[in-house]
Amino acid sequence: MRHLLSPLDFSVEEINDLLDLAVDIEHNPDKYKDACKGKKIATLFYEPSTRTRLSFETAMLNLGGNVIGFSDANSSSASKGESVADTIRLISCYADICAMRHPKEGAPLVASLHSTIPVINAGDGGHQHPTQTLADLMTIRSLKGRLDHLTIGLCGDLKFGRTVHSLINALVRYEGIKFVLISPPELRIPGYMKEEVLDANHVEYEEVSSLDEAIGKLDILYMTRVQKERFFNEEDYIRLKDCYILDMTKMNMAKPDMLVLHPLPRVNEIAVEVDNDPRAVYFKQVQYAVYVRMALILTLLNS
Amino acid sequence: MLNVGSLNDGVVLDHIKAGKSMEIYKYLGLDKLDCQVAIIKNAKSQKMGRKDIIKIESPLDIINLDILGYIDHNITVNIIHNGEISEKKDLTLPKVIHNVIKCKNPRCITSIEQGLDQIFVLKDEKKQTYCCRYCDEQYE
Repeated sequence: MRHLLSPLDFSVEEINDLLDLAVDIEHNPDKYKDACKGKKIATLFYEPSTRTRLSFETAMLNLGGNVIGFSDANSSSASKGESVADTIRLISCYADICAMRHPKEGAPLVASLHSTIPVINAGDGGHQHPTQTLADLMTIRSLKGRLDHLTIGLCGDLKFGRTVHSLINALVRYEGIKFVLISPPELRIPGYMKEEVLDANHVEYEEVSSLDEAIGKLDILYMTRVQKERFFNEEDYIRLKDCYILDMTKMNMAKPDMLVLHPLPRVNEIAVEVDNDPRAVYFKQVQYAVYVRMALILTLLNS
Repeated sequence: MLNVGSLNDGVVLDHIKAGKSMEIYKYLGLDKLDCQVAIIKNAKSQKMGRKDIIKIESPLDIINLDILGYIDHNITVNIIHNGEISEKKDLTLPKVIHNVIKCKNPRCITSIEQGLDQIFVLKDEKKQTYCCRYCDEQYE
């Protein structure tokens, strides 16, 4: 039995197989509509994340399976003080697979140690969110045709943004990847990411402060939100939140085939006018996330 | 020089950095033993200038060598049998340590679930850094 706790739990070959399956699901949905008939997914969401939860539930329903679960800790036994270990032991009796979202880092790992069903980490604090990374990889591979030899701009909060760290971790395993890290000095990528991931894998990267200067050389622009909850000081948040707003003036400086991705929700870092540009693929990303979660559920149930 | 032979059967922890012996005494739980334990502080040492020594009149198996390796892998562990050093044990940095240090990350699951073992994994042998198994936070 396997779990998915970090994007690096799967090898490059396994990710390729998973994405192949996701593409087959995308093109032949009827073939998979009863693939999980009689199976149940438990969505254990200790903090609200409506979009991720609905994506998992849609994925299971598309496969002909059923859904049980809770959408915040107050409606679960966690509010009575039940441990993650005890909860997963019970859920293992009810469901065939589970997706867990928890505000505390490492909670899905604890669950996996006591579970008799596959556990998917659906986000644990600022730590990991592997299915977002899989969705990002599927979007890039589907629309660019490859995951190698790409110049990828990561823009916004590179210090606290877990989706950015996960994506870098996943992409350094492919050949010819270059990163352009676009952020204000306060939100630059942490030193350990540079030393242990980028430098250790001999990946080319540059750190810049200006989106205008960088945008012309990018194949992919991955935008992120500056999240208020990551700041201790509201003044810092207000000063930095509008640093990098992508609008059509900037889009006009980009390559005609550059893609704009965003893990969503977007606040104001991408102007609404950009939504109509065919290079804006952040809503397609949401659709790809469902296919990749379907593929993941199938893969883990068969493991 | 101090004579380790005065212990008939037991373990001598030698070459402890001066001033560290009480910390090791605590980490190894030696206060809970009912055998004889001698702590020698600031002994003269050719190699180190000053050093601490702990003598324990007990078999080796009561000592968690992983904890000792984590605290200082340069400590020498001498096993004494019939008043002589019968064996010297080399310490290495343990790959995993259980319930010795605590994760300080307030976002870690161990901060709310007290029953969980505190597990740290050796991340970088050169820099001697350990990370929490649950949240990956480096122990400072």
